[in-house]
Amino acid sequence: MASAAFDIAPWLDVDPYGMAAAEKDAALTAVMRALTEHHRALSSEYGRILELTADENAPFETLADVPFLPVRLFKMFDLLSVPRDQIFKTMTSSGTSGQAVSRIYLDRETAALQGKVLARLMSHLLGPKRVPMLVIDSPSVLRDRNAFSARGAGILGFSLFGKDVTYALDEDMQLNLPAIEAFLERHAGQPIFLFGFTFMIWSHFYRALEAAGRSLPIDKGILLHGGGWKKLQDEAVDNDAFRAAMKRCAGISRVVNYYGMVEQTGSIFLECEEGHLHASVHADVLIRDPRTFRCMEIGETGLIEVLSLLPRSYPGHALLTEDVGRIEGVDTCPCGRLGTYFSVAGRVAKAEVRGCSDTYEARS
Amino acid sequence: MKPVPDLPVTLRVGGRLSDITRQPLPPYAPEATAFLAALSKQLLALPEARQFPDIAAFAYWCRPASLARLQREFGAAHARLGRGLALHIAPANVPVNFAFSFAFGVLAGNANIVRIPDAGHPQVDVICDRIAALFDDPAHRRIAAMNRLIRYPRSDSITATLSQLCQARLIWGGDETVSRLRALPVHPRCVDIAFADRYSFCVLDSQAVLGASDTVLAALVKGFYDDVFLLDQNACSSPHLVLWHGTGQAEAAQGRFWSAMTDYLEKNYDLAPVHAVDKFVHLCATAIALPQARATRRHDNFVYRVRLDSLPADIERHRGRNGFFYEHAVDDLSCLGEIVEERYQTLTTFGIDRATLVQSIIAQGLSGIDRVVPVGKALDIGVIWDGYDLIGELSRIVHTA
Repeated sequence: MASAAFDIAPWLDVDPYGMAAAEKDAALTAVMRALTEHHRALSSEYGRILELTADENAPFETLADVPFLPVRLFKMFDLLSVPRDQIFKTMTSSGTSGQAVSRIYLDRETAALQGKVLARLMSHLLGPKRVPMLVIDSPSVLRDRNAFSARGAGILGFSLFGKDVTYALDEDMQLNLPAIEAFLERHAGQPIFLFGFTFMIWSHFYRALEAAGRSLPIDKGILLHGGGWKKLQDEAVDNDAFRAAMKRCAGISRVVNYYGMVEQTGSIFLECEEGHLHASVHADVLIRDPRTFRCMEIGETGLIEVLSLLPRSYPGHALLTEDVGRIEGVDTCPCGRLGTYFSVAGRVAKAEVRGCSDTYEARS
Repeated sequence: MKPVPDLPVTLRVGGRLSDITRQPLPPYAPEATAFLAALSKQLLALPEARQFPDIAAFAYWCRPASLARLQREFGAAHARLGRGLALHIAPANVPVNFAFSFAFGVLAGNANIVRIPDAGHPQVDVICDRIAALFDDPAHRRIAAMNRLIRYPRSDSITATLSQLCQARLIWGGDETVSRLRALPVHPRCVDIAFADRYSFCVLDSQAVLGASDTVLAALVKGFYDDVFLLDQNACSSPHLVLWHGTGQAEAAQGRFWSAMTDYLEKNYDLAPVHAVDKFVHLCATAIALPQARATRRHDNFVYRVRLDSLPADIERHRGRNGFFYEHAVDDLSCLGEIVEERYQTLTTFGIDRATLVQSIIAQGLSGIDRVVPVGKALDIGVIWDGYDLIGELSRIVHTA
């Protein structure tokens, strides 16, 4: 892996949101081309897919030309671009019971790259120093090996950027007010880093405070949350309502949603002050038309493809997700960050099953 | 005869289960054909018949002229009577299939208890409402007394109770349902007509496709669409494999056919985004799992094609959905002997002499292929289905020497 295209250093030195799209597209495409060849040579499955589905005479000049895999493939096959004995860590997606989970194989190099890029993005958000951290979850998530998955991994991963890491919920997912109050007393007047999963924050933090008739003084808090909106959409809670609720219950005015997935850990997409998700220089987003897979224009809603320059040990540098969203703009967000900014509308809708099988079904 | 108990089911059409009349009629009894003809007339008069082609197809199938033809074809070689009570477990995901199953039972002369699908499909209620209205008409008193359409959640105890009372069961819904119902104790004289999981394919003659007029090609495309896309390629009789007869002209014929097919789909098929993702996942998985795949071609996301450089013996295990096809070109259809096994059900054809093909199936003693029909007829269910003569199976012979 000697290619200059693989050197991460130049991507860490620059402002993560300081590169205009045209410049970034060219630079990132060069890395994507090298990564595509790397995985083609080292993952027989990926090579076979390209052999059968990609036109070798097609142009490879922009990010839109990068061959992409459907993210679901990582639930069906073990896809690796390194020998198995070099696997350092296996990440799995958090699936509910019965669902297949993604298995993402990391060697030391890819794991290290993920950590470096995440650190770069977090220092952009929190500043260069570690900040007192309140995790809106239960410490039992880390102990229960059955529940330990993306949720536990996310908590552990982000905890690296906090200090005096304190859990806001007790073993039974109940609000631990004494612990929170002691934590806030220890760090009075300082910035606080809060982290949790969107639905957990809503149901176990906001709702619990509301029920107790309490509000917390965390005016200097920066709340980072992710994990998806599906359950909150069911309760008709959108991003604006979520932000307003955080302001109301804890005085938090800086609420940052992130979009990311275990298949591309590290190069996550962070929400800006304007409520837009931004691609850093390490990643990008394309929207593809479900009818054709052609790239769509700004403002058009379609399937989200995510690109990341991090995946080396598995062929996950360009992935078609099962989420729908749209690009809101490029280089023009009023927040000042350059590059692509976008929004996520949710999961692609399930379709009715038609056909002869499945008669004696449980529902009805 | 053991009485039929009242069970915890939803009675959708007809009176109490315990009141059902089980005295059979002969096949194609005037009461049965008059009832189905009336049902046909009522359904065809509904605006829904235009909205739902499957309702129209069922109504058209049971119109008087069609029933008269079926009766003639059934013949009178033996004196026959319905077997008694038939239990129908209809599939959940083919909306009008329950109506055909019910009609087969009625035509054969049976009393019928039909477990119908849940309320997810509007077609089910449209048809049930018409049947219920006819049951209220004294002219159809006898048929009304003999038939019940019911709903109940998956319950082995209800199905077991009914299975011990009936003389025939029509078990739709594939291997899993069949084996589950076979495990239940049944009446000793009960005949099971089990519709297992099947596999279907298509043979197109390259030269015939190339030589077809634009009108004929358009009809072929429409027919193929009906075979595949009306049920998202999930029906037992929808093709997964397309064999091109005539290697020399296969590529040109494929070009003509698939581009016309794609044009038609763009105008007529509402492709669900999740199905585009499903097909793409399946394409990648096929690339990994099927070494005989030589090339693939996407026509946007409407048609996915996997070209095979040889036919794997287990090609039946590779199936498409929502417009995903495996393709191979051959010069000699005797290759069917190398792949066909008992799962094979329907072979749709274009430009092929079907009588010769049927003779060759017989001569080779193939263990599969129950139907050889023109492209466009794959989903046309009828009294001969899945290799069964359903009216024959559902009635008994009263023999005299």
